[in-house]
Amino acid sequence: MTTANPIPGPDDVLRRVLPNGIVVLARENFAAQSVVISGSLPAGALFEAPQQAGLASFTASTLLYGTHNRDFETLHETLESLGADLDFDAGVHACAFGGKSLAEDLPTLLDLLGDALRFPTFPSDHVERYRGQLLTGLQIRMHDTRYRAGQAFRALAYPAGHPYARSADGTLDTVPDLTRDMLAAFHAHHFGPRGLIIAIVGAVPAEEAIETVEKALGDWTNPAQPEEPPLPPITPLKGVRREDVAVPGKTQSDIVLGVPGPSRRDPDFHAARLVNSVLGLFGMMGRLGETVREEQGLAYYSYSVVEGESGPGPWRVSAGVNPANVERAVESIVHEVERIASEPVSAEDLADNQSNFTGQLPLQLENNEGVATAILRMERFELGLDYLRTYAGMINALTVEDLLRAAETYWKPGAYALAVAGPDSAEA
Amino acid sequence: MTSTVHKHILDNGLTVLLKPVYNTPIINWRVLYRVGSRNERTGQTGISHWVEHMMFKGTPTWPGGVLDQVISREGAHWNAHTFIDFTAYYETMPADRIDLALQIEADRMTNALFEEEEVASERTVIISERQGNENSPTFWLGEEVTGAAFRVHPYHHEIIGDMADLETMTRDDLYGHYRRYYMPNNAIAVAVGNFDPDRMLARIIELYGDIPTGELPPPVLRPEPEQRGERRVEVRRAGQTSFLKIAYKAPRAADPDWFKLAVLESVLAGPSGMGGGSVGNKTSRLYRELILTGLAAGISCSLVPTVDPYLMEFNVVVREGRTLEEAQAVLDAQLERVRNEDISEAELHKAIKQARALFAYSTESVSDQSFWMAFCENFDSYTWFENYVANLSAVTVADVRAAAEQYLDPRRRTVGWYIPENEGAAQ
Repeated sequence: MTTANPIPGPDDVLRRVLPNGIVVLARENFAAQSVVISGSLPAGALFEAPQQAGLASFTASTLLYGTHNRDFETLHETLESLGADLDFDAGVHACAFGGKSLAEDLPTLLDLLGDALRFPTFPSDHVERYRGQLLTGLQIRMHDTRYRAGQAFRALAYPAGHPYARSADGTLDTVPDLTRDMLAAFHAHHFGPRGLIIAIVGAVPAEEAIETVEKALGDWTNPAQPEEPPLPPITPLKGVRREDVAVPGKTQSDIVLGVPGPSRRDPDFHAARLVNSVLGLFGMMGRLGETVREEQGLAYYSYSVVEGESGPGPWRVSAGVNPANVERAVESIVHEVERIASEPVSAEDLADNQSNFTGQLPLQLENNEGVATAILRMERFELGLDYLRTYAGMINALTVEDLLRAAETYWKPGAYALAVAGPDSAEA
Repeated sequence: MTSTVHKHILDNGLTVLLKPVYNTPIINWRVLYRVGSRNERTGQTGISHWVEHMMFKGTPTWPGGVLDQVISREGAHWNAHTFIDFTAYYETMPADRIDLALQIEADRMTNALFEEEEVASERTVIISERQGNENSPTFWLGEEVTGAAFRVHPYHHEIIGDMADLETMTRDDLYGHYRRYYMPNNAIAVAVGNFDPDRMLARIIELYGDIPTGELPPPVLRPEPEQRGERRVEVRRAGQTSFLKIAYKAPRAADPDWFKLAVLESVLAGPSGMGGGSVGNKTSRLYRELILTGLAAGISCSLVPTVDPYLMEFNVVVREGRTLEEAQAVLDAQLERVRNEDISEAELHKAIKQARALFAYSTESVSDQSFWMAFCENFDSYTWFENYVANLSAVTVADVRAAAEQYLDPRRRTVGWYIPENEGAAQ
């Protein structure tokens, strides 16, 4: 197998479905001596009740705190003495994992991955210690204006009870009540081979990489593993929903303004990404950068992003401004958003952004991690292994009308969620 | 990744490092100027960073607003960063489009405009950047600790600069700084990626060869006097979490002792990443003694390679319900221990293996390689990066003990406490 084409495709990504349903994808890269694994399984916050917010994340974060085969010390001594790394983290939809090692140590890395995914014991002392760390982290975030604005925005943009309305990390109210037994039960119920995807990229022959995964995870079964529950419906925003969060002692205010956007699977996803680039990314952060930062000098940062993953993630604008400039900045942002949703972008804007998107593709594949992430995404969203090879064609086929349609679909005049976090007005 | 670095010094003094890497479709082009916050004087703190911002505001050939359009159209990832020792600009681009990056950097080496109205608009952006930093408790603590650790040397102030200077510096100050430091003989240019080195060099000579040599700025001659006693600072601001920072005077990167401290960092708090990947620290001594005992929520150590002697810093996020006194007592005991007892051979070997892995991770991307080549050439030589693993592997257990005795001397340290004030706590 050769990796002569820098863009991964069906001829150089080896894909195998193991008998228990695990999908393994491997691509060789012998240019460096390292190897990367990147994967996910459906065990995210979607599966937890609102009063248990943070359960999926807590579970994922403590998988490596002890297993039936190795205690905490042995697990981490093994990893760290190899200069290897392995992490688990749960978002709304999935528990994601990533690891890295020298190529010679891949069998050990995968053995540890299998051990952590299948046989965690959630030792009480370690769970309690981690809870303390988690709570201190959440306390710090309560004083972080970016975090507070982001949280308030989600609660405004999505219906109460929707998993997108809350943080997958849990809160100071929910985390204290998550017991060790809840973690173990969540693991027993939701962790299994169904929906598990692993991409391996690096200096290991692809066949050998797949065989090593099979050795670690090939005999894993879990009949209890449930189907992913459907996301509750979202209702389009009607009018402006705003919240101002006071965070004492701060010198800057953070603004998040946005709406529920397209999912990764929506047909207008690429049109939305491209028009968003015109709005708040291209060059020095698109039109938002030009007006809010460059012309008015209001902010150090001002940009927009389409988050879309498995569901209608936010399409949001973020900016950090002096507290005295909040209203002016919001006005500018709203003006640019309304403009992008009511006037077609110029043919030149379209061409510039298309060229930027297609030119950036190889940059995103610069290291093993970038390639593994791209392969994982192709599998997770069923894009097909030729996706990256056909990407430029898809982007270049988009028209000015496609972009306008995508912007108007999500941004309705005078309808958005707005959260501002900063010093309270008496301080500013 | 094995490939030869071609080093050339052009007639005008520009240092050029070329490293062809043929398994990638891209190239990273980087121009580093030997000017950072260490070259700033009181009244002009933050000027290097502000000049960096102004470099994106256009030249007669590429006016502001056009420059970023032109380069983004080509799919480039481009940016710049200002550090205490340097200011660097880079573009990562598809290999067949790299000529644009070469042209832009040659142009703005001498032709940046620094228009008055652009300076005025950028002043509020820069102030806003500082205010964003100020929203973080660790920024306030870091600023106070560094300020106390360096009384004489300009490492004293933060890269972003003091608010008083950001409010008062003028366009002429900024332009003067640019003219003083931006010249071929004060710069290092690096290309890593898919190119033919002969053709690349010919093109660099064509674009950069005629830029006149300038008069080199005076060297920084304010060495920090030896510290002979512990210094302490406190920051009392809003929040609910206590942070501890202890900073020891460390040697410059070109000093062989630096590698001994790098091993010590790895043993105490886990190794620093080199870009491209990290290694955990759950078996490090400080994790065991501070996290596993429930005293802290986070620990880290930072040892940055620098031109002049800088700092080895230990950071602790104290857990809710525990105190700064408790956390510092444990940290002190651990630091004292490495001065009184040898680390184990196993700990040494682990540190070396970790360095080998981290080095391999950093060679996956051309951008990381280019960063390290330029970074190291500035404080020593690009070979510092190439020889990193070998130099670390040569360190012995006795070396580590001797370095700990010398550098982790409490008389050479500055201790900082961030004490949260709870009134008006966030709801």
